[in-house]
This record gives sequence, C-alpha cells and structure tokens, in this order.
Amino acid sequence: MVDLKTIRKIAKLSMIEMSENEEADFSSQLSKAIEYFNQVSEVDTKNVDPMTTPTEIVPHYREDVPAQVVSPEEILAIAPERTGNLYTVPPVV
Amino acid sequence: MYRGYEAVIGLEIHAQLSTKSKIFSEDATAFDAGDNENLSLVSAGLPGALPVLNRKVVEFSIQAGLALGCEIRRKNTFARKNYFYPDLPKGYQISQYDEPICENGRVIIFVGGQEKTIRIIRAHMEEDAGKSTHFGEYTLVNYNRAGVPLLEIVSAPDLRTPEEAAEYAKTIRQILKYIGVCDGNLEEGSLRCDCNVSVRPVGTAELGTKVEIKNVNSFRFVEKAIEYEIERQVDALERKEKIIQETRLYDSDKNRTVPMRTKEDAQDYRYFPDPDLLPVIITDEMIKEIHLHLPELPSARKKRFIEHYGLPEYDAIMLTAEKEYADYFEATTKISSNPKSTANWMMTELTRELNQANIEVDKSPVSPAGLAGLLKLIDQGIISGKIAKTVFNDMWSTGKSAEEIIKDKNLTQISDRAAIEKIVDEILSQNSKSVLEYKSGRTKLLGFFVGAVMKATKGQASPDLVNQILLDKLKR
Amino acid sequence: MDLLRASIADIGQQLRKKQISSLEITQYFLQRIAAHNSKINAFVTSNDNAEREASDVDQKLARGELLGPLSGIPVGIKDMLCTKGIRTTAASHILKNFVPPYDATVVSRLKRSGAVILGKLNQDEFAMGSSNENSIFGATKNPWNLDFVPGGSSGGSAAAQASRLCAATIGTDTGGSIRQPASFCNVVGVKPTYGRVSRFGVIAYASSLDQAGPIASCVEDAALILEVISGFDQFDSTTSNQKVPEFSKNLNKNIKGLRIGLMKEYMMGGLHPDVEKTIALAVEDLKRMGCEIVEVSVPLTAQAVPMYYLIAASEASSNLSRYDGVKYGHRASFENLSKTSLEEFYMRTRGQGFGVEVKRRIMLGTYCLSSGYYDAYYKKACQVRRLMAEQFQNCFNSCDLILGPVSTAPAFRIGEKLSDPLSMYLNDVFTVSANLAGVPGLSIPYGISIDNLPIGIQLMANHFDEQKMLNVGYALQETSPMTWRIPNV
Repeated sequence: MVDLKTIRKIAKLSMIEMSENEEADFSSQLSKAIEYFNQVSEVDTKNVDPMTTPTEIVPHYREDVPAQVVSPEEILAIAPERTGNLYTVPPVV
Repeated sequence: MYRGYEAVIGLEIHAQLSTKSKIFSEDATAFDAGDNENLSLVSAGLPGALPVLNRKVVEFSIQAGLALGCEIRRKNTFARKNYFYPDLPKGYQISQYDEPICENGRVIIFVGGQEKTIRIIRAHMEEDAGKSTHFGEYTLVNYNRAGVPLLEIVSAPDLRTPEEAAEYAKTIRQILKYIGVCDGNLEEGSLRCDCNVSVRPVGTAELGTKVEIKNVNSFRFVEKAIEYEIERQVDALERKEKIIQETRLYDSDKNRTVPMRTKEDAQDYRYFPDPDLLPVIITDEMIKEIHLHLPELPSARKKRFIEHYGLPEYDAIMLTAEKEYADYFEATTKISSNPKSTANWMMTELTRELNQANIEVDKSPVSPAGLAGLLKLIDQGIISGKIAKTVFNDMWSTGKSAEEIIKDKNLTQISDRAAIEKIVDEILSQNSKSVLEYKSGRTKLLGFFVGAVMKATKGQASPDLVNQILLDKLKR
Repeated sequence: MDLLRASIADIGQQLRKKQISSLEITQYFLQRIAAHNSKINAFVTSNDNAEREASDVDQKLARGELLGPLSGIPVGIKDMLCTKGIRTTAASHILKNFVPPYDATVVSRLKRSGAVILGKLNQDEFAMGSSNENSIFGATKNPWNLDFVPGGSSGGSAAAQASRLCAATIGTDTGGSIRQPASFCNVVGVKPTYGRVSRFGVIAYASSLDQAGPIASCVEDAALILEVISGFDQFDSTTSNQKVPEFSKNLNKNIKGLRIGLMKEYMMGGLHPDVEKTIALAVEDLKRMGCEIVEVSVPLTAQAVPMYYLIAASEASSNLSRYDGVKYGHRASFENLSKTSLEEFYMRTRGQGFGVEVKRRIMLGTYCLSSGYYDAYYKKACQVRRLMAEQFQNCFNSCDLILGPVSTAPAFRIGEKLSDPLSMYLNDVFTVSANLAGVPGLSIPYGISIDNLPIGIQLMANHFDEQKMLNVGYALQETSPMTWRIPNV
C-alpha cells in the first residue's frame, strides 16, 4: 500500500509538485501496480548477481585528450535564464 | 585526551586527479578557464548525452590505490547518487558505492617522532559538482568543475588528535603528489577534506555520535576545525547534552563549526549502478604494469637517502618531503658528489630563496647542475664558502653559472703561496706588538691575523692556506 | 514510378539512373504529409531545410560524387532522438522548445549516408506508453482506422510509415515501442541487440533497455537502415565493437533447416483468436519452407512485466532528473525568482513539465530505489532479470530463433485503456523480455483481424544474431498475406 504520506515523500524526493487529486490517484494506482509487481519476490534469487546491463561487454574508455564536440556557446544559448555565461537559479542559501 | 575524553576522527579526502580532460567527457579541466568555458553536452547534462570513462582516471586511481597499500577491485562499478542541486547538472552524481576501485589500504604517519599506521577503508572514483555562487538576488552556476575527476579516500576512524588528522592529510597529499596523480594545490581546491569527529570517555570502546565537518580546504583548518569540534562536543557532554548526528561547516573567520543539516532531513540518495557505464574490469596485467612504473614513495626514498647518501634522518625527511625537492637533491648530488654539502646548501640558501620568491623548486633559476658547479668550486678550494654565498645570490638573480660569475668579478681565491706569504709578511710586520703577544701565549690572536689577511685580500685568499702560512711564520 | 510501393533500393536505383531527382522524391513525401498528416498526427515538427538538403543530393549526383546507400531517401525521426537545429521534445512539455545543438549518432549516420530528414515524429511522452496517447501533441491515429491507437511509444513512426509519409522511419524500443506499433500498423520494425546501435543523442528513458531501430515498409529496407545506424560509437560506452554485417546484402530466403522455437508461455491462452490464427499461419509457412518447429520455454515470462516496470521506472526516475529548468527546456515562471525557494522552483517546473504517465513512472521508480525498498524491488528485479536472460540463452541452445506474437490483440480504441494504467502495462508481456535479455526482435506484418486491423508476428534472435532474424523475416515476407498492404488514408 502506497499511502498518501509515502506519495508526498516520494513526490518531494522526485521534486514533482502535484495536486491533492493527483496524490490520491497515484496512491491508488501505484498501490495496485506495486501489489502486482510484488510477485517478483516469489522468485528464488539466492546468490544471483543482479544484471544491470544486458550485454556485459568490456567497456570502451576515452583517452585523456581535451576536445570540443559542441561549443560551450551553443550549449549556453539554450539556457532559460543566465547572467553573463553563468546559469541563473533562485538564491541558494 | 580532552578532560577525560578521547576523540575518534576519520577523514574523507577528495583529491582531484590531474587529468587534462574530465572524467566522463572531453572538455578540459583547466582551472583558469572563463565562466562555463569547460562545458560539454555531458557536463551540462543535455538530453541524450552519455558518460564515457577517461582511461587515465582509472590508471591514476590504481596508482593511488597501490601507493596507499590498497587492494584493487578487479570489477568495480559506478553508481548514481541521486539528489537535486543546481550545481549537479544531471540530478545525480556519478560515484562509486558498494564496489569501489580501492579498498583496505594503510599509510604510516609520523607524529611527535612516533610512527602510526592509519587504515584506509576505501578510495573511489567520482565526478566533482559545479560551483554555485551567490550573487545579488540570485545564485549563479558554473559547470567548469562539473565532471572533474576526484578520488575520494576514506580513512578508518584511527586518528585521535587534530594534529594526527592534519599529519594524515599532509601524508596523503605528499603521496599523491609524489606519484603525480594530484597536484595537491589547496588554493585551487585540488584537495578537500570532510572530517568525521566523535568523542568518548577514555577507556570506553563504544563510539560516540559522529559529526561530519564538510569541505575543509587547508591542513591548518583541518586541525583547527577538529580542535574546535572536540571542545564543543566535550563541552556539550559535560553539560549532559546529547550530541546530534549532523553535518557542520567550518567557519575559518570565526574559527568555529556551524550546523548545516541534521540526520533528520538526511537525503535518500537512491544509489543504483549507472546503466550508462559498464563495470570497470581491471586485469592483473594492468596492475602489474602500473606497479612497475610507480615512482618510489616518500618513505622508501627517505630510507634510501639515509642508507645510500649517509644523510642524517632529519635531512632525509626534509629532502624527501616533496618529490621535486628530492629529485633536485639527487640531480645535484650526482654531479657534486657531495651529498652532505648538497643537503646543507639546499636546506639553507636554496630554500630561503625559494620561500622568498615563493616558487617551487622545479622552477628554481639555479638548476641542480648550477648548484653542483658551485659546490665543486668550493670543494676544489677555488672559492671559499663565504664567497660562495654571494656567488649563489648572483647565480639566483642572473641565472649565470658560478664559474662565469667568479670570472666576471675576479673572485677566484688566491691560492698562490708566494702571493699570500708576501701579504702575511706585511701584516705581521705592521703588527709586531701582536706578534710578540702571540708568541708569549695569546694564541687566540691567530684569528685576528687571519681576519687582517682576508681583509687585505678582499676575502679571496684561501682560508686554509692563510692559516697554514700564518702558523708556520708565527712558529719561528 | 510508384513511390508508394517502392523499396529504398528501388528508389535509389531510379535516383542513380536519374529517372527521378532527390528533390522530387522529397517533394512527393512532403505532399503526402501535407495531405494526410492532419488526420494521423504523426509528424510533429518538420525540417524546414528538407528540400534544400534533397537538392544538395541532386547536386552531388550531378557532380558524380560517391553517394551513400540512403542518398535522397526521406526519413522521419522519432522525437526521442536529438536533431541538430530541429526541435526535439520527447513529446513532453518540459522540452517543448528544446532545439538540440547536436545530432544523435543514429541521425548523423543517416545523414552521412545521404538520407534527408523530413521531420520529427509523434510518440508517447519520453517513450512511456504503448498507445501514443501520452503526448503534448495529442494522440497519433492508426491509419488503418482513425478511431484506434497506432500503438506506442513509436506510434508516430509506425503510423507515418504505414501511410507512407516517408520512405523509412526511426523509432526507439525500451519494452516493445518499435515492435508493437509496427504490428498495429502493418510495417516492419526492428529492435536491435542492446549495444548494437548507439544511444548517444537518444533521449534516455531506461538506459539498460533503450535501443533505437528502423520502422520500415519491408525487411530489405529495415535491414539497410539497420546496417547504416549500427556499430561502435565512441560517445556511447555501451555500444559493442562487434562487426556490423551487411544485413541487406546478406539477406537470404533459404531458411531450410533452421530451428524455430515456439515459446510455450506465449501460447498459453489469453491471445486474441485472430492473433492465434496469425501465429498458426506463420508456423505452417515456416514448416513448408523447411524449418523445424520446436517448443521452447522461458518460465520467468510471467515475471517479465513486473521486472520491466520496476527496472525501467527506476532508471527513468534518475534519467529524468536532469529536467530541472536550469540548463534548457521548460522553467516555471515565478513572479519573483529571487524570492522563490529552490524546492518550489524544481517542484513547480517539473510538476508543470511532465505529463501524468511520466510522473507516475518517476514516482514508481523513486519508490523502488528509495531506502528500504531497493533490495525488494530494483535489486530483486535485476536478479530475476539475470535468471530470465539465462533462460533465453537456454532456448537459443535448442533453437535459432523464437517465434511469437507481438501483442495479445490487435490495436485497441483510443481512450479505451487510459483509465487503467496497469491493464495498459500488461499489454507489453510479449515484447519486454527481449529488452530485458538484450536480444534483438523483429516485428513483421502477417495477419489482419476481423475488424480490419493488422497483426504482426515477432521473431527474436540471440545477441548480435540479427541477420538470421532478418533472413527468416525476409522469407516470411514472401508468404505473408499482408506484405506491402497499405491502408487507405
């Protein structure tokens, strides 16, 4: 059961504002989903290494050579708000 | 011991690894870049951008791990630490969680002439966050640092005093600088410390409540912050107050720690393996190869300086404190063939000039060959030690060799026996009274005669020769 | 020539013989978009430079320059892939005005081989959905019947391809998002092996499951697109350096002697009768072509949907944290930013920016990863994932390919399942396993329901064995009653 208190805690961790209606909907929908998903607990997984990526190849590393793929100006250009070349956010104190 | 309490201290040191590009992207790590100049798709967390691990970060971490006596985990994984903050462009920091690259190491520190072994629990690779600055009514964010590679080195709670903690931090810095994986530059934030401090009554085994002091950026502050924190905790316990498990910040202006956040609102970081980065697989060959090229560590070098060069322990410690300094010593000695005089000159004249000019030894205008040239001239009796000092100063300011300066200024020591004998004769005849006094037993007057001869030769006469001639003539 | 029924190779041949120009080809499809897109709602953003880029190909052709295999071929790209200078939204309000400064590797490889990008295609927001109803641009319609969904999340790609608004499209598949809409719309869709195609520039939904792939008119086209977009990419460390076969040149209809596994768990009832019939037909046709049909089993299939949602939602909750109103995309407006708390700033921006299904999955994922639930949900699902992947390996020890349905039933009505998220999730039972195991999957048209809605069948192969899968698809294309059938739009 994912109760309202849990929904609010999760919403805060996820940084998502929601209305009371949404909270109530999510509570019942997530409860139902989690209840169904709980069946994974029935599988015996003793000593099974979790699989976090499906192909498990040896990864490719990058050499330590500075380069520019896209210019910083182009990346800064799409910022919603900036001051000079810095990103502007609410005061963090 | 603090009023019947003992402190239990552990340090988490974040060392910036000296790579040219970031840990997961190709933008540069240069410290002096303009605002958001070191920015890439990855550093700004653009949709679709993916981290690709810098090979050098793995190599540096293995080097550091080996130097710190750690075991290297053959399969280690990156995990995401999830939290929201403006300096964190992706909403998570890529770090290592339950499978770090290095584990179970140790370093030896020297405090009060005693050796002490400090265990290292783990060291893991992670990316640095950006920098947010409060400016006017807003906070402004710069991602130049976002993605700079860090090695976080976590000690066991083996430290007992602020002095030990500072010494441990210095030792870690020294080792990392020695092997060339971190420049150890404290001003630029290349090394930062989180200090975990608790106190308990002496003789108890149970640990007290731990307080974490975040982001202390100098060794002096490490010592002072911990000192303050111990006093604060003991005060509280004496007042029968409970220590709150919390994170505090050190305010160096007021020399005190202030609360940042308590355990109550502790974050739930939701660590999980980063699916964008596959596990890092380290082979025995890789470790063998890195081990082979690992530079000699400070403790081993110190030992070798004592045994091989016959230096006193004090000299050996001073000379091996920094790798560049020890390198300078060895380069000089190789030419001068006089370890002790090299050590003396480095620890006095050279160090004084370096400190005055505030430059590192590898930038010294007097090169090892230059210093060795000077020392050789002394050993050959061509100049006196006293003159050598003025020659050294000239070398420092002009960059010329000792030989050039001696030639230019005509400073060559007079070692022509006949020439000195002539001057000695003159001095003795001018001071016949003193000669009589000397002969009647006031042998202390020898110094006066030597001084007079040296003065007459503008200090260029070989002091040995002057002595010898004077003694000879006064005997008659 | 009849461009409506021409394969990419056909078009290329005409182009090289100068019987048609690249510009004419592009204009032909642009006209079809103008005529039909408003009904289907597949294209959401057009590339204003398409005609100029098409003319560039003509000029190169005139100069006798060497042309890539997709020269002059107009393609549509799911709005999940970054396209430099062309708005890319993931069908989300939070990226409503996002114009990427770079191309996804898939897009740059298409361009390099001469393709002309016509525009961006509708989808479920952040690829979360199986009906294309969760989109800020509104639902995409199934061109076979506008009251029905085209499937999802690559519904725009499948619908555009089915109604021939372009010569080929790119979709992405995290739990069936290429194969299911391909099946609903009567086109060919390939989900490649995980690691075959670069994810660089593909907006992440669930990183360990996402793969981009082609949705095309025929197996030959799909094979050609796949070989263009596949292969190692220095910007994605999860790509494999396995050699990419020339899938299209290697296509071979002689499939005699191949062992085709029919998965027990997929045939255990609950299938729509027309889907069942379609599979039966394919089985008969395969036998006739000399294949041996064997029964295989992945007992953990029952756990596939829970596993998929636990893992995908967990990864998504983290992947979508970067949308915070700071660096790009939507930022909530505040009367006075300097008096706004950081928490308010994030919560309002993200609360406004994400649609309800995306919020639901972020919430689910945050829950699964949170302290106290990690072991029971995320970690447990990853452990079961390994066991299921091993069961798949066992299957491939006794067969070359696995045959099965794509979906339990043909397309459903728009709005029919919106109120019950869980019933929507359960639709994905036949497709999510391939993503979890990392194996490739192919959906090809093979039947039609009594309501005149297409039904596809699915083939799955072992890791990096796409060629075998494409060969059998190529052979079945000859016997399928639905090959090259195009809806009346």
